[in-house]
Amino acid sequence: MLLEVNDLRKYFPGRGGFFGKTPDPVHAIDGVSFAIQEGKTLGLVGESGCGKSTVGRSILRLIEPTAGTIRFEGTDITRMPSKEMRNLRKRMQIVFQDPYSSLNPRRRAGDIVAEPLLVHGVENRTERRAKTQALFERVGLRAAQMDLYPHQFSGGQRQRISIARALALGPKLIVADEPVSALDVSVQAQVINLMMDLQEQEKLSYLFISHNLAVVEHVSHQVAVMYLGRIVEYAATKRIFERPLHPYTQALMAAVPMPDPANRRRKQHLGGDVPSPVNRPKGCHFHPRCPLAQERCRVEDPMPREVEAGHQVACHLV
Amino acid sequence: MSEFIYLARRYPLGLAGGVILLLFVLMAIFANIIAPLDPLTTNPRASLAAPGTTYMLGADMMGRDVLSRLIHGARISLAVALGATFIGSGLGMLLGLISGYVGGWFDLIVQRVAEIMQSLPLLVMALVITASLGPSLVNTIIAIAIPLIPNVARVIRANVLSLRELNYVEAAHAIGMSNTRIAALHVLPNTLAPLIVLATAQLGSTILTEASLSFLGLGVPEPYPSWGRMLSESAAEYMRTAPWLVIFPGVAISAVVFGANLFGDALRDYLDPRMGD
Repeated sequence: MLLEVNDLRKYFPGRGGFFGKTPDPVHAIDGVSFAIQEGKTLGLVGESGCGKSTVGRSILRLIEPTAGTIRFEGTDITRMPSKEMRNLRKRMQIVFQDPYSSLNPRRRAGDIVAEPLLVHGVENRTERRAKTQALFERVGLRAAQMDLYPHQFSGGQRQRISIARALALGPKLIVADEPVSALDVSVQAQVINLMMDLQEQEKLSYLFISHNLAVVEHVSHQVAVMYLGRIVEYAATKRIFERPLHPYTQALMAAVPMPDPANRRRKQHLGGDVPSPVNRPKGCHFHPRCPLAQERCRVEDPMPREVEAGHQVACHLV
Repeated sequence: MSEFIYLARRYPLGLAGGVILLLFVLMAIFANIIAPLDPLTTNPRASLAAPGTTYMLGADMMGRDVLSRLIHGARISLAVALGATFIGSGLGMLLGLISGYVGGWFDLIVQRVAEIMQSLPLLVMALVITASLGPSLVNTIIAIAIPLIPNVARVIRANVLSLRELNYVEAAHAIGMSNTRIAALHVLPNTLAPLIVLATAQLGSTILTEASLSFLGLGVPEPYPSWGRMLSESAAEYMRTAPWLVIFPGVAISAVVFGANLFGDALRDYLDPRMGD
């Protein structure tokens, strides 16, 4: 296993609180476990606010997790001092959703991509330039574009720059936090194909965070569905898309628009909104919106169970 | 040279501002050569003389030549304005950067001290400082620079707080860059725009603060002329009878502030790569 995450938790201190009363914490991640194999992609799916991005950032220790363990290539990095962590950063990188705020507007594209090399001791200018040039070509940009500023690129090209920056140090794992959600559909396909080609060439692993099920089905080997800080269903991609078991997963799949007008399924819409991670419902977090909820769901918290080999579901009714 | 011509064509207003500032600086440097008369020599018969052939911009109550005093006064006024603005903005930027980026108790202390300083008027603060340091040019500059620090520090801090959350700062953390380097490379350059705007806006008020200090006898000592003092000494008494005593120093101050604003705007645009094409 390249990455093993066990019972990861992140509670943010709450805001407000009157007269010395400690405010309730925000349970952004509430006991999440998963693993990623070398060269494979885990798709992490869920509505906005369910904690998927927090999971991605915690794995890279950009956010300090409250509890749980993260093992990368067998080493526990959960409490690793930041000095040692710095060396490991070469091996795990991140690509962000917003192609605008992820690049410093005042730095040339070439300098942005060369920055990781500089930080990790490639002192020689010519060597750095040559490596940067190779990175540009690998992500489908021209070497001549190295001297341009971020605003002179399109969204898709900016995302390619981000990918080149992430690739610069030869990582094993890339956390891709909604990497194509801000792009046009045609450009999305290009960037996804690039990412999949790179995965093949470099034996890269991805934690692919997205709310777009079609994209996740295309890129992932395994899929984890998150709801309110927890993983409710976790299985191989084919299995979960063919036979979703958790009512939440079923509702998500039903909400995907079908490109075929003849095939009109009866849509089951979820009522209501995602509850606040500060005041979470008792019992199963999903019960207020669940069409199948029973008395037991209001009281008892369902634990993830392996219903079939490699297919975990956290639901009393499955 | 071709680069200069290119810039001049792109930023004609900035060029105008730069030329205005340059003229005043040259005037200050070569005051001894340019000034037609001695700025300190009095002449009772020329008291409050109107602008004419000998006294081109008129003469003050003691019969001193206004033009010569303006030319010599540029030395003190520019030294105070540029010196205090540079020192105040520089220190304010540094404090704001650390305060916003590091946060914690440092931020807490800096912000509370800044609030205390901001609750006192600029002039009162400067008065207390010069009174304890004694009147001289350097002390005047320090006295005017210190009250500027909290204003700049607060604006920069607010800016840093929002920059700190941006993805490119996070990406820099993810590649293992040190905090100092992130602050210097990714945060600081992006605070330049508000800093330049703020600094050029402060320039005018520093000249006027110097005037008030000098008027109260705590600035640069008499009889050396400064624009601020020329203005404040005569504004109340001679506005009607000898308006040239008020108008010309006022015009000089306005021109410097105007030039600095034009130049600052062009500098801000020039330093922003997004304004490039």
